Amino acid sequence: MKELVVISGKGGTGKTSLTAAFAALSENKILCDADVDAADLHLLMKPDVGIKTDFTGGGIAQIDLSKCIECGLCRDLCRFDAIRENYVVDHIDCEGCGVCVDFCPEKAIAFPIQICGEWYISETRFGPMVHARLGIAEENSGKLVTLIRNETKKLAEQRDLDLIITDGPPGIGCPVIASIGGASAVLIVAEPTVSGLHDMERVARLAAHFKVPAMVCVNKYDLNPGQADAIEKVAEDQKMVVLGRIPFDPIFTEAMIQGKTIHEYKKESETSRIVAGIWNNVISTIQ
Amino acid sequence: MIISVASGKGGTGKTTVATNLAFSLEKDVQILDCDVEEPNAHLFLHPDIKDRMSAFTPVPEIDKEKCTYCKKCSDICRFNAIAVLKDIILTFPELCHSCGGCMEVCPEKAISETGRELGVVERGMAGSVGFVHGRLRIGEAMSPPLIKKVRSFIVDNIVNIIDAPPGTSCPVITAMKKTDYVLMVTEPTPFGLHDLKLAVEAVKILGIPHGLVINRSDIGDNGVKDYAKKEDIPILMEIPFDRKIAEAYSNGKLVVQEMPEWKEEFLALYRKIEKLVGQRR
Repeated sequence: MKELVVISGKGGTGKTSLTAAFAALSENKILCDADVDAADLHLLMKPDVGIKTDFTGGGIAQIDLSKCIECGLCRDLCRFDAIRENYVVDHIDCEGCGVCVDFCPEKAIAFPIQICGEWYISETRFGPMVHARLGIAEENSGKLVTLIRNETKKLAEQRDLDLIITDGPPGIGCPVIASIGGASAVLIVAEPTVSGLHDMERVARLAAHFKVPAMVCVNKYDLNPGQADAIEKVAEDQKMVVLGRIPFDPIFTEAMIQGKTIHEYKKESETSRIVAGIWNNVISTIQ
Repeated sequence: MIISVASGKGGTGKTTVATNLAFSLEKDVQILDCDVEEPNAHLFLHPDIKDRMSAFTPVPEIDKEKCTYCKKCSDICRFNAIAVLKDIILTFPELCHSCGGCMEVCPEKAISETGRELGVVERGMAGSVGFVHGRLRIGEAMSPPLIKKVRSFIVDNIVNIIDAPPGTSCPVITAMKKTDYVLMVTEPTPFGLHDLKLAVEAVKILGIPHGLVINRSDIGDNGVKDYAKKEDIPILMEIPFDRKIAEAYSNGKLVVQEMPEWKEEFLALYRKIEKLVGQRR
């Protein structure tokens, strides 16, 4: 079974639109949306949610004020300044380390496990999809990504599917690390700008750090062909496979507004043809 | 004054707004790039970096001479960063959240702290604009502690503009917390709207006044404007799609330098924010 993860470093380069296009172009696959923080793939896939499950993270300190003697020990020990002067815990600042819980001499601090999101197994017109929603302002995005990647693999095995296409998050931190570890390959979608180049280089170094082979394609290349050249040169110097270039084309936005992939919206367009060519290159590279 | 520039969805123009706003102001201003995973503001401001420091977060170091393998440290650690097996003790520094619980609980005082490098913080000046950013070390998972280090350089009595990371979880919350105003940059597409709604929920939890900048305002649909109207969120600025702006951005140029007519627009944006924050105070 192969797992392709679409990432970008910089946000807004076209990860989700391309993932959706690949979903329309490929056979015998399952989709996974690992951008649990701001998931968008469902807006194009319109999944029928079959199974919905709560995602539980760690605990959060909760002080029973009737037992609290205001000794101040918890406030001294808390390195996250999460306990206010009135001994109420700030849920956003609480890191969930539980140090106050263990040290409270009055055993006045409970540590209830938090539900910090939910995840779904769904059906779409392109096959099954596993996706999630992390609660607003929650932590543990990496844990949730790991969970849904594992569930995706399980389901792929059950249904005898041989390809996982994962829409990854932006950046290079916790959720991205959780998204790419052990994947067959990552596809980095870069845009031809100084920031696109800078961010592509950082996320490529992350992929190399975790020994995941990387491929690169340049989206909206004609906004600055010189920068597109620079990105491809860096990619080649770093032994990444360059898959091709996609022009800036309003059909991506037009298709999105209709909740469609570009191939459903305008199959015969030049851009749809180019994206299909890139997908063929992806398949021949990862096989 | 502390203004954070946030978005939910990535690539909507946060850095464009933050850098051009900072550059347009004719007063003491600094920009703090808190998108430490992928910092970009320096590519447009070209600051002279005068000060560069590595940032560390404390992680445990065990003195094996003193350790009795009592397991109290591994029991208290909620992050599985310490494992004790008979007479072996292992630490996993990359999992450590630096809570200090293990050090506190150890009866033998066998645990001290060493540092795990989070990345670097760099400071300097871009013309008259103060500049601070953090660069997360490749392979480091936790950005919030580094964001806090960048934020520690906030200066009172000047304008501080925070360029926040995308998303709605802990990194963006860390960047936006305790700021006077959140400027949300969005694009009028279904993805932009969906992620904007999530970002607005996050800002509401923090209780910070907020307004919108709609970028590439003529590409897409009316969803964002309808939503803003319904939720009573002011639209403070609209930037149409313009190939000249896209090209300036792609080459690392500020819009206000290439197209000086935009400077007045950014000044007007600042005046609106100032007024809205003033009303609240």
